[in-house]
Order: sequence, then structure tokens, then C-alpha cells
Amino acid sequence: MNNVKNILLAGVGGQGILLASEVISEVMLMAGLDVKKNEIHGMSQRGGSVVSHVRYGEKVYSSIIPEGEVDILFSFEMLETCRYLPLLRKNGRVIVNDWKIAPPSVALGKQAYPENITESIRQQFPATTVVNGLDLALAAGNSKTVNTVLLGALSNILEFDRELWLSALRKMIPERFLEVNLKAFESGCLIK
Amino acid sequence: MKKVLLSGNEAIARGSYEAGALVACAYPGTPSTEILENITQYQEINASWAPNEKVALEVGIGACFGGARALVTMKHVGVNVAADPLFTLSYTGVRGGLVLVTADDPELHSSQNEQDNRNFAKFAKVPMLEPADSQEALDYTKLAFEISEQFDTPVFLRTTTRISHSKSAVFLGERRKDIPVPTLERNPAKLVMLPGNARKRHVIVEQRTLDLEKWACQQSFNQIETGAGKVGVITSGVSYQYVKETMPDVDILKLGMVYPLPKQMIRDFAANYETLYIVEELDPFIEEQVQAMGIKVTGKDKLSICGELTPGRLQHGLFGKELLTEDTSADLPQRPPNMCPGCSHRGVFMELNRAKAYVTGDIGCYTLGFMPPLSAMDTCICMGASIGNATGISKVLSAEEQRKVVAVIGDSTFLHTGINGLLDMVYNQSPATVIILDNRITAMTGRQENPTSGYALNKLEAPRVDFEQLCRAVGVKHVKIIDPYNIALTRKTILEEMARPETSVIITTRPCMLVPRDNLERRPPLFVDHDKCTGCKACLRLGCPAITWDEVNKKSNIDKIICTGCKVCQQTCGFDAFQECGDNS
Repeated sequence: MNNVKNILLAGVGGQGILLASEVISEVMLMAGLDVKKNEIHGMSQRGGSVVSHVRYGEKVYSSIIPEGEVDILFSFEMLETCRYLPLLRKNGRVIVNDWKIAPPSVALGKQAYPENITESIRQQFPATTVVNGLDLALAAGNSKTVNTVLLGALSNILEFDRELWLSALRKMIPERFLEVNLKAFESGCLIK
Repeated sequence: MKKVLLSGNEAIARGSYEAGALVACAYPGTPSTEILENITQYQEINASWAPNEKVALEVGIGACFGGARALVTMKHVGVNVAADPLFTLSYTGVRGGLVLVTADDPELHSSQNEQDNRNFAKFAKVPMLEPADSQEALDYTKLAFEISEQFDTPVFLRTTTRISHSKSAVFLGERRKDIPVPTLERNPAKLVMLPGNARKRHVIVEQRTLDLEKWACQQSFNQIETGAGKVGVITSGVSYQYVKETMPDVDILKLGMVYPLPKQMIRDFAANYETLYIVEELDPFIEEQVQAMGIKVTGKDKLSICGELTPGRLQHGLFGKELLTEDTSADLPQRPPNMCPGCSHRGVFMELNRAKAYVTGDIGCYTLGFMPPLSAMDTCICMGASIGNATGISKVLSAEEQRKVVAVIGDSTFLHTGINGLLDMVYNQSPATVIILDNRITAMTGRQENPTSGYALNKLEAPRVDFEQLCRAVGVKHVKIIDPYNIALTRKTILEEMARPETSVIITTRPCMLVPRDNLERRPPLFVDHDKCTGCKACLRLGCPAITWDEVNKKSNIDKIICTGCKVCQQTCGFDAFQECGDNS
């Protein structure tokens, strides 16, 4: 088996997960690696739970990450993180955006949003980074750059040249949003 | 050669371009939609949305009879709609190549059933290629056009959701240079399928399948990969990737063409192994044919017919390895899809619920009207079914119960196959009510233009169908057009038309909030004045994602970031608690 690495992105439809997984995949391609990414479009995008699989290495076969082999759970929403923890490797890493979006049962007051999520994740996976994505995005100048802040945080723990990330962002993001996104990315890079 | 990351759908678009296709036609359907959306970047291809898959295929057939290469794409259930022309196209054959993409959806990620369209290949006697990644999606698209012309047959290209929507590296080629110029050429004995002609063509079709079967044994798209030589696996498409991922030592016969099967090749391969697995998603399509050849195999006795495969499910099925899954426990709130904030359908379903209507539903975003708290949908079968279903159930009910029956259908679905149902309703004098939810776009599949949007696939302006005129022309006497943001009017109209013992149509008209050119209609967000909110929860009946219940204060709140200011919630509140955000808010 060759050394394929697996990143699972999780969150809620509309959070910019698909763009983020595009950027990651582009970085891997530019780094000369084989890469596959996979996600579901269509009905689930209407505010539903969304995941995207990114796999990279010498040679990638399945575009779905084999269950239990997720190296990094890269999550855009607190509750969604919990949903996919069982798919992580024992020594897996978690990057989680400190953002709660109420699912319908919570919004209707029928169910409670789970509490102490961060603590519970840390207990299982000590290598967990919590990112206050919305604050950093607003500081960068646009609430819609949360995904780029998170990419900055991810880039910290991956072994790829920063220049690759910047050129992927330049390639994938429309000119008029580029500056604010680069700023958001930089602020994500500062997260330890 | 340039190497890029493409989805399977993007690769099929590129492959069609490189193959020299001149025409592409489709009706949107997940997971096939992005093929046509991507093909618009190639100016050389005349690409268009048809109102349904049958028309799309008929347009493709016309183009191929003119001598052009034509691509037609649809989701799996779309082939049911296009089956009528397809089965006879198999007899006529083609002139320019014709490739029909069927994008199947194992696991029903965004579909109403999980049918395995490989069965259509056998049923219609049409060869079928099945790519296993984006490079193959591009290569097989080109190959499919060649096979189409070489064997005088339409050719299926079958993808599944994981092929259509996965991205992998692809090397791009050049567009074919020597594209024949389309001309009129008459060949009625081949193209007019009267019984006398069709009988002769049927004989040719049977011979064609035998020829293809022999030919396929010599082609590199059906290939053997040698492993440790102990265990053999026959597989194709995305299942091949899961075999490579989890069973690195096996010998593999990878089928690029899943119909007709290369029988001699399979016999020769199978002879080498005590243990032979067939790994395929959904039906035992390959398995049954191989078993019919007298070969003993292991397949669906271990792997489920339902759902898609994954590396874990494959290992679990064949070797009993523990299957890890996402957390589905009850204390983790589920997050099902929901209508968007500001969706013009929401108020209509709230009122249908209040009116205790029996709603025959249809396919689109509004099928989410089934979800609580709206909970106002009683049936959903297929595109256009709502209207016929309403007619049928009305036939067998008492006059009192008949009044409860309301068919609900979106603009695009109505034009797809709803019109015929309405004709029947008028002609056979059904008392049911039809609501056409007109948001001027094919929304669920990602906002594609249609004859109600006023734009074509290429984003240029196009004629816009007039629903009121259309309904009146088929004989509907009672047609009402309402703004679904006006809840009182919506309620009044629904109750009046339900009570009317004649066919009536209500057209609710408001653009989809996600269409950029209609964003101008967005208004300032609202907020809840907690001094006025009594915590009665009336607004929660809308199920709007922007409204959340504050358990601490026992009041409602609005998320200003996602509220579009549609003011529907304001009209549900008896205490004037919903206020527009002004400068001070």
C-alpha cells in the first residue's frame, strides 16, 4: 500500500466546503501528486450535512476514503465534526471551526444542540485545533471567507510550500474577492 | 499534454468536444447536470436544455441523422422517459455517432429510486461503456462515438454519482480535425420504422450484438491485471477502484464495456481460479450473465444489491471485516436538507398543511415540503406524476374528500411531463386543483434555465412560456396567479380552489432566491422584537432556517446573515413581533 493521505471535509451546505476541497486538490496536483476528490451535489446541498473527500499520494484508487482511514477531519461546523469522528484513524487530527449552525430539530426547539463538543473531541483526539473562523473572517473583511481562514489553518499542518497554496487560491478565487481571501488565509496560517 | 483535475462530468464534456460532437442536449438531473453546463465552454458545440429527456434524445437523434456527432445526457430515471425513442433508435442505428450518458445514483443521494441502468443496455440491445475515473470518462466518451459509428448503434456511457462528481487527474487532447459537414441524406428503409422495415432491422440488431461481443474480447478497454494469481475478480466502473484499494493481490478482469460482455474472455479468465468474485454495485448484472455461462462465482450472496459500495462495505461483505460508519445515534441531531431562507414555496406548503389538503407531490426542491414542520406532501412518484395522481385519486373519492386533493408541481417539472396530465384533467373533467410553483428556474439540480426562465443554456435571452395562456389553451377555466409571499391571499386562493368542483390551476409566481439576477428582490432582514414575542411558536411552523427557537428566553430569533426579508414569517405572527432591520438594528 502506498502512502495515501486522506482529508475529510465536513460541514453544512452553503459553507464553501466544495471550494475549499477544490483548493486543497489543486495544491496536491501542483505538488505533483495523484489526487482524487469526491462529494455529493444535489439535494443534500439545501442546508443539509455535506462532506467532501480529498485523497492524495503516489497513486490513489478509491475516491471515497476507506472507513476508519481519515487522517485529518477538516470540519466547518461543530456538530458535523461529531458525526464523522468514527471515520478517523486512531491518531487522526481534527481541525474544527468554532461555529454552531442549528439543524432543524434544534431550531424548532425539539432537540438540544450537543454541549461541550470541543472537550469531547479533544478527549478522543488530542491533536485538535479549534479555529474561530467567523471572527477571523470578519477581521479580514468578509464573513464569507471563513473557508479560506480554515484553509490557512490546514496549510499549517500539511507539508506543502505556502506558495502552492497561494497560487491555488489565485487560480480558484475570482479577482474581486482575491485580496480579502488572501488576507483571510494569512490569518488562518497564524493559528497554532 | 496538459494535465488538469476534472470531474467525471467535466471529462465527458471535454471528451465530447475532443470527439468532434456538434450537438449536445439534455434535461438536468443529478448527477448528470454538470456535463451540459460544462459543455457550454466549447463554442463549437450547439448545446441546449430540452424540456424533458425524451425530447433531448429526439433532438440528439435528429442531429445524428443529419450526420453530426451528438451527445445526450440524463440521470438514470431520465432514461425511463427517453426509453421510447431509445428502443427504436437501437433498430435504426445512427449516421453521426450518438452517445447517451446515463448517470446512475446508487445510494439515492438525490433520486427517487435506485434503478440499475445497465439493464437498459441489455433491454434495448445497446452497447454500454462504464468508466472508472475521469480519465476514462474522457477516453470512453471518445471511444463511444467511434463505436457508435463503427457498429451503427447508439452507445450508452454509464456513470454513477461517484464517477460523475469525483475529480481526478486528466490529460487533455485536441479536438478532432476532420469533422464531416452535416447534410441531408435520405435512407427511409433504415430510418422509417414501419413493421416491414423494422423486422429487417431487428435481425441486424441481433447480429450487431454478437459482433460487438466478439470484438470486445480483443479490445484494451476490457483488460486483465495480474496479481498473485490465486483469486480472480471481475469488476467495472467505480467498483474497480474499491477492489484495487482493498484487494491488492487479486487478479482482475476490468470490464470497460459492461454490455455486451466479452464472453470468451470471461471464460478464459474464469478458468484460472477456484475463487472468482464479481464486484458490482446494485443488480447482479454481470453476475447473472456469468452464472448463465455455467461459471460459479461469489457476488451478491455477499454484497448488497441496495446502496453503493465503499471500500469498507466491500471488505465487510466479502471478508466480514467490521464496518465503521458515521455517527447516526439519536442524540446527534440529524441535518436533512431544507428549503432555503426566502424560498417562495414555504408559505404555500404551510397553507396546504393548514387546509389539510391531500397533496400529490412531484420532483423538485418543493418535495422538501414533505419534511416537518411543513409536512404537506402525501405522494411523490416521478416527474409530472402529481397531476395524473390527483386525477386518479379524485375518481375514487367521495365529493367531500375530492376537495382535499391538490397536485403540486414546479415550473420545470410541469413543462417536463405535467402538461399531459393537465390535458387529461381538463378532458376528463377532474375536480382536483393544481398548484404550479413557478420560480422560473430548474432549482433543485442547481438552477438551470428552462422555458419559464427567459434564458437558454448559453445564458442568452430566450422566449418565456406564459403559464396562464398555456393553461387556458388546454381548457382550464379557472386560473389564478398569486404572489406566494402574500400569505392571506395564498390561503384564500387555496381554500377557494379546493372547494371548486372543477379543474382549477393556481400559479404561484416568485423567483428562486438563489438566482443571482433575481437577487435584486432581496430585502433587508427582519428581527424579532422580544418585547412583543409571546413565544407562541406560530412562526416555527414555517421551518425557515433563518428562524431559531431560543430555549433560554422562550422566544424566536432570526439569523440576519441568512434572512432574505421575504416577510412570510411576519404574516404568521399575531403579535407584530417581526420587524424590519433599520439603521439602528
